[in-house]
Amino acid sequence: MTTIARTLGIQKILDWKSTRVERVPQPYWNPYAAGVGLGLVLLASFVIMGRGLGATGAFSSVIAAGVEQVAPDHARSSEYYTRYLGDSTNPLKDWLVFEIMGVVVGGFLSGTLAGRVKKSTERGPRISVRGRMIYAFCGGLTMGFGAKLARGCTSGQALTGGALMSVGSWVFILAVFASAYCVAYFVRKEWT
Amino acid sequence: MNAPFFEFGLFGEGTSLIVAFIVGIGFGFFLERAGFGSARKLAAQFYLTDLTVFKVMFTAVVTALLGLFWLSWIGFLDLSRVNLLPSYPLPQAVGGLIFGIGFVSGGYCPGTACVAASTGKLDGFVHILGMTTGILLFGEIFPYLSRFYDSTALGEVTLADAIGIPSNVMVFLIVVLAVLGFVAAERIEDWSAKKLAGER
Repeated sequence: MTTIARTLGIQKILDWKSTRVERVPQPYWNPYAAGVGLGLVLLASFVIMGRGLGATGAFSSVIAAGVEQVAPDHARSSEYYTRYLGDSTNPLKDWLVFEIMGVVVGGFLSGTLAGRVKKSTERGPRISVRGRMIYAFCGGLTMGFGAKLARGCTSGQALTGGALMSVGSWVFILAVFASAYCVAYFVRKEWT
Repeated sequence: MNAPFFEFGLFGEGTSLIVAFIVGIGFGFFLERAGFGSARKLAAQFYLTDLTVFKVMFTAVVTALLGLFWLSWIGFLDLSRVNLLPSYPLPQAVGGLIFGIGFVSGGYCPGTACVAASTGKLDGFVHILGMTTGILLFGEIFPYLSRFYDSTALGEVTLADAIGIPSNVMVFLIVVLAVLGFVAAERIEDWSAKKLAGER
């Protein structure tokens, strides 16, 4: 079979098919190359829109819209939710909501092209899937709260505000790294 | 001087949402390319075995920083029309400390959790669920937090303003610091690799 394929010159096609079946994930990009790519996307956003990237804000809009559906009076009387509800228009017709939908598509696109889309759970060798999920939920909860208090996350504050040299953003970056390094020891079983 | 295009009215709100979607695709694509769909890779930053988070983040910041600087210098971009978020150092420091705890235990940040979920990582989904709960919790107790949330209001202030040096000197300093950081990051990774090899 292999000989026939080679003589016919279709060995490459067969190989390609078999690698597709096995889905060998490609290596990640060089971090500096990926960083320049990310930086150019951020720069393009500044040049086209006059604003940077974000992530948490999109979730805030979705939650405000959800709360408005469940408890309209509660949502409209809250100083916090009204910031995201705006006037009478649909709160989901928001720049960051559309941007984060793009992030999901872009991530899936890159993952598919590199053979990295796979149903799995990221964890270290010493923790169960269940344990990891508990950490993921609690970590996510803590992070969501912290991001709201800081008025943004790694996208809206660290990248965007970092590039604009905003004082608060640089304070946020230093605080995030300082705290994560201090806490890393206590959750080492999760990753190492 | 004709950028930012949206600020100069080159297109309307409807088009801006399409721009948002396309910018998002680029953002998600490069996050995934860097390996940020993997919590283990992200968390490795805090165990000094893989400093990709630092390298990618600061390369992106420096790229955008220099781009903004040069585009405004040649008169193409009006920096005063680029939206600068106001600074509230105290709540932002506390928020950052809380965020850091969530980062190392949850394994993702909000944007990377979306990339993880879209590439099939179930923990990414759960992280997003947790994050949504955290934001809701914040929304519900906001009345008790609003005074702290609005404390130490400095307005729109840059590092250059705060230190009292010209903007271009600050840009130069950040670039120098980043390059020194990259050199240090490479050395730390080598050191970690040797240490791990020694343990085996």
